[in-house]
Amino acid sequence: MAKDAKRSPFTAELVRRAAIDAFLKFDPRTMIKNPVMFVVEAGTAVVLLLVVWPDLFGPSGATRAYNFAVFAILVLTIWFANFAEAVAEGRGKAQAESLRKTKTETMARLVQKDGSTKMVSSSQLKKGDVVRVEAGETIPADGEIIEGLAAIDESAITGESAPVIKEAGGDFSSVTGGTRVLTDWIVVEVTAGQGESFLDKMIALVEGAKREKSPNEIALTTLLAVLTLIFLIVIVTLVPISRYLGIALDVATLVALLVALIPTTIGALLSAIGIAGLDRVTRFNVLAMSGKAVEASGDIDTIILDKTGTITYGNRMASEFIPAEGVTEAEATRLALLSSLYDETPEGRSIVDLARRKGVSADAPPGAEPIPFTAETRLSGIAFADGQKLVKGAVDAVSRELSAGGAKIPKALIEKTEAIAKAGGTPLVIAELASAGSRAVGVIHLKDVVKAGLKERFAELRAMGIKTIMVTGDNPLTAATIAQEAGVDDFVAEAKPEDKIRIIRAEQAEGRRVAMTGDGTNDAPALAQADVGLAMNSGTMAAKEAANMIDLDNDPTKILSVIAIGKQLLITRGALTTFSVANDIAKYFAILPAMFATAMPELAPLNIMRLTSPTTAVLSAILFNALIIPLLIPIALRGVRYRPMGADRLLRRNLLVYGAGGILAPFVGIKAIDIVLSALGIR
Amino acid sequence: MADLIQLVVFVLLVTLFAVPLGGYMARVFGDGPAPGDRFFLPLERAIYRLIGVDPQARMTWRRYATALVVTNFFMMALMYLVLRLQKYLPLNPDGIAAMPPSLAYNTVTSFITNTNWQAYSGETAMSYLGQMLAITYPMFTSAATGIVAAIAFLRALTGVRQDLGNFFVDLVRAHTRLLLPLAFLVALVLVAEGAPQTFQGAAHATTFDGKTQVIPRGPVASLESIKHLGTNGGGYFGANAAHPFENPSPITNLIHMLSMMLIPTSLMFTFGRMIGNRRQAWVLYTAVFLLFLGMWGIVYASEQAGVPAFDAAGITGGNMEGKEVRFGIFGSALFTTVTTAATTGSVDNMHDSLTPLGGFVPMAQMMLNNVFGGVGAGLLNILLYVIMGVFLTGLMVGRTPELFGKKIETKEVKLASVALLVHPLIILAPTATALLLPDATASILNPGSHGLSEVLYAYTSGAANNGSAFAGLDADTVFYNTTIGSVMLLGRFVSIIALLGVAGSLARKTPVSAGAGALRTDTPLFGAVYLIVVLLIGALAFFPALAVGPIAEQLSMWFGA
Repeated sequence: MAKDAKRSPFTAELVRRAAIDAFLKFDPRTMIKNPVMFVVEAGTAVVLLLVVWPDLFGPSGATRAYNFAVFAILVLTIWFANFAEAVAEGRGKAQAESLRKTKTETMARLVQKDGSTKMVSSSQLKKGDVVRVEAGETIPADGEIIEGLAAIDESAITGESAPVIKEAGGDFSSVTGGTRVLTDWIVVEVTAGQGESFLDKMIALVEGAKREKSPNEIALTTLLAVLTLIFLIVIVTLVPISRYLGIALDVATLVALLVALIPTTIGALLSAIGIAGLDRVTRFNVLAMSGKAVEASGDIDTIILDKTGTITYGNRMASEFIPAEGVTEAEATRLALLSSLYDETPEGRSIVDLARRKGVSADAPPGAEPIPFTAETRLSGIAFADGQKLVKGAVDAVSRELSAGGAKIPKALIEKTEAIAKAGGTPLVIAELASAGSRAVGVIHLKDVVKAGLKERFAELRAMGIKTIMVTGDNPLTAATIAQEAGVDDFVAEAKPEDKIRIIRAEQAEGRRVAMTGDGTNDAPALAQADVGLAMNSGTMAAKEAANMIDLDNDPTKILSVIAIGKQLLITRGALTTFSVANDIAKYFAILPAMFATAMPELAPLNIMRLTSPTTAVLSAILFNALIIPLLIPIALRGVRYRPMGADRLLRRNLLVYGAGGILAPFVGIKAIDIVLSALGIR
Repeated sequence: MADLIQLVVFVLLVTLFAVPLGGYMARVFGDGPAPGDRFFLPLERAIYRLIGVDPQARMTWRRYATALVVTNFFMMALMYLVLRLQKYLPLNPDGIAAMPPSLAYNTVTSFITNTNWQAYSGETAMSYLGQMLAITYPMFTSAATGIVAAIAFLRALTGVRQDLGNFFVDLVRAHTRLLLPLAFLVALVLVAEGAPQTFQGAAHATTFDGKTQVIPRGPVASLESIKHLGTNGGGYFGANAAHPFENPSPITNLIHMLSMMLIPTSLMFTFGRMIGNRRQAWVLYTAVFLLFLGMWGIVYASEQAGVPAFDAAGITGGNMEGKEVRFGIFGSALFTTVTTAATTGSVDNMHDSLTPLGGFVPMAQMMLNNVFGGVGAGLLNILLYVIMGVFLTGLMVGRTPELFGKKIETKEVKLASVALLVHPLIILAPTATALLLPDATASILNPGSHGLSEVLYAYTSGAANNGSAFAGLDADTVFYNTTIGSVMLLGRFVSIIALLGVAGSLARKTPVSAGAGALRTDTPLFGAVYLIVVLLIGALAFFPALAVGPIAEQLSMWFGA
């Protein structure tokens, strides 16, 4: 879905449907949510009455044709506003429809208590049911694999055609309803009932069905409503003030002045900007759970990045086995291989690979058992039948284990590990643990590679005032080298999973907004604590539920793009608000002299644009006010151009374009329309 | 040229006094020791014991605002009773009768709100007790109220505390350490320059043609000093600062103007000290001063240009109608700009006699209400527009808006919007109402645009808590007394309460140390943003009323419609 949407923002079909939807949105019950446009609609209704009865508010010099022209322009203004919103929504709706097609009903093999399977409709599945899915079948519901391993085609959700491998246990066990099993079979425990599946949520999100205004949007709407109210007071009080001076103001012109002064441009585009911002994130293949999350990403002060997988390619590769004194290299290699036999991590496999390439092979002796890696011990290895253990792990973890047996890592070996760490590598110490005596036998040198282009992006972030903190389980030396190589601002070494949440809380206590990415179950609390938590789609359900954004492409560096989109959303909102408010000056100079043209001819010098007649002046001003909306729709939907730079430069640039531009553009526009109107013979 | 030098000297003197006094106030209202503690602390402790206040107590914004409002309304009730019952109270040698209810209401609201709109005539409507308790007393307390409201707001911005301080401690300190000593000093200087300060009755003199003239006098200098220091404006004499006893010489004219500017400008530097960013204070100070100079330029140029009708009659040299010869056009134009910028409201020339564009300036400044503004209230309004500026332009740097590292969110915008909305509402709505009512329009002296200006000026003056009158309007009617009285109360307390609410909400937020990505408000660029926002949001609302009022009048004077 994501890939198609990237291609064309405006298809003919989309525009046609939006044009129709724009009429439906005239319903005052929906209009009232937008106070600015609601006032326009109320004013339009008043002018409509004047079209029918021109003398409704006392004898008026205004012709029915003039009133109708004002009425028509006001209707056009509202229609443009509705159209902007409808177009923005339309793109989401189109995506939702293609997703719905994925959600066709399938038959599922429900595994019953006795182990036999029964075919049921996917819509009958409940949370906790267990289903078996075989090659070629569609997974009927969201769930966790409890048995088996399979290649799964997730293109329906992610747009990515390469299949992913999912297996029971670990952080890659969750599957999404609507995706297809390509090979093998899996047994899945259903984790989401009908209507609450990932696909359902995704449809609701892209469709904007549950769209809520984001906090800043609410604050801005409040301010726009107050500005509208102020101008309403101005216009209403102008009537008795003029009457005192013996002037009866024309009501249609008063409505025109009101509409011109209230911030209709931003009022018309505000909701489209918000929807489009969410949509831009979606087209990046990131699913934001709310507009609030996108907005919050613009505010991020600190990003917490895992070193592994985010800053570096993730797979640290073994490059060298360094024996301890009194151990041969071959022996060290053999022990390294043995300690990694059960290690299924990419690092573990790279150790096995390197050892085999060096011509060493070993099989687990009978009775040996794996020592699994835990977050607490941070060691893994193998336990032999005789009670002896062979472990490998970070220096501090091994040293702790050795000291329990009264031994320690020899100084020479420590120096080796420090040298490795200084060079940016990761040393893993291999140790034999036995009741007779424990000793360190060697060091494995793992190398990390920083992803290309990251250093430049971190420099950009620094220019934007965003601090990057790298979190790693590595020792401080290793961490420092990678940190320097990648150009992050700060790092936390030898971090345990719970450290992330501690760092986030510490940053937040200083008022900073924090973003982080994660995929594992133990990332979930930190993802929930962060202001912006981006979970990988490949991650566990717990991580995905705790996060407020999910990256369907599993690319943790995408957080940087999400931040840029968030900033672009806020800038677009601010720029168009400024533009809208700045427009008022020219509109005053167009309409006020026109309004008082006959009663107070002394105000004629205020007609600095030299507009042809009062009629053309008023019509030009509100026509400009209406036409500026569709002209700005592309900016509202695409967002204003944004390049990462410091706030001062950004402000100067945007103030020049949208502030100064906002003051000048209507002078030019209104004059141009006036010339056209008078050329058409309108006086 | 001489005028220009005078102007430069004035600007330099204002700045010269403002910087050190601002620093002094930051220490007086700060948490650390302040100069003069040894002398003032025992005195203040005695006062706290007397009024039963715990000086250590800290107040949330709700308690602070409640204490402020209740204390003010208590004083107001006391003042009202004094005016209504003055006939039966002591210190009434001339047997002055009780003040009628609507006039008493107007008078007490006027003085409790720091407006000093004078619908009464001091000599005939008020006993000595009334003068002391309903005029001089609130001249101190209303100024102090404005100052402490601003100080409370500043505390919220410092980021080091979540409370707003203690209203009673602030109020006492504003008197003991600021207003009383300053008023004493200024009064001495005024006496030296010839302003009377006496408890003897009126002087009787025999004129050249043998008639006896009664020359009223009294403790003029002492009233004058607090009248201007506290941006109050209520004069001792009807002619206010145009009277030779109130304002004997160009030197006193200068002292009056410097007194008016003193606390509003100093508070901007107090602000810089308290938030720990003096650059910020200078940026805003410069921006506001530019606005002030622009406004002065309009009055000055317009008065110098004069009236075409006079020129035709051969009277050249600008418009001197309603001006004192000893102040001239420069002294009058500057005084007019100062008194409506700092919302004092005293006058040394008749604003009704200014050229239409000259009369536009006082009105425009009161409509903006933040060209320095009254003591305290002005700084609050300046900060209101800073918040608006930050909110509108802050988004353009790609972050939700922040003021000094604190997020401006819906709650702050709602409360600030109340403060923003109330000003045009209470100026335009009563003006429109008055113009609809035949009884109210009967009070207007001049027809047409000028008459409109008279009414518009009256409500603008009330709403901005300025108190100057355009003259020409007979405002001592039940309608004007009650409506202007209510406008003064709303103009004062609605915005103070709303902005203290903003302060309370901001105080609870942890400030983020500003990085390169945050909007900086202490740059010349933001100074420009501030000015544009003031003109766009503050001025546009009044443009139609001003266009059909003074602008139309000026244009027709020039182009002769």
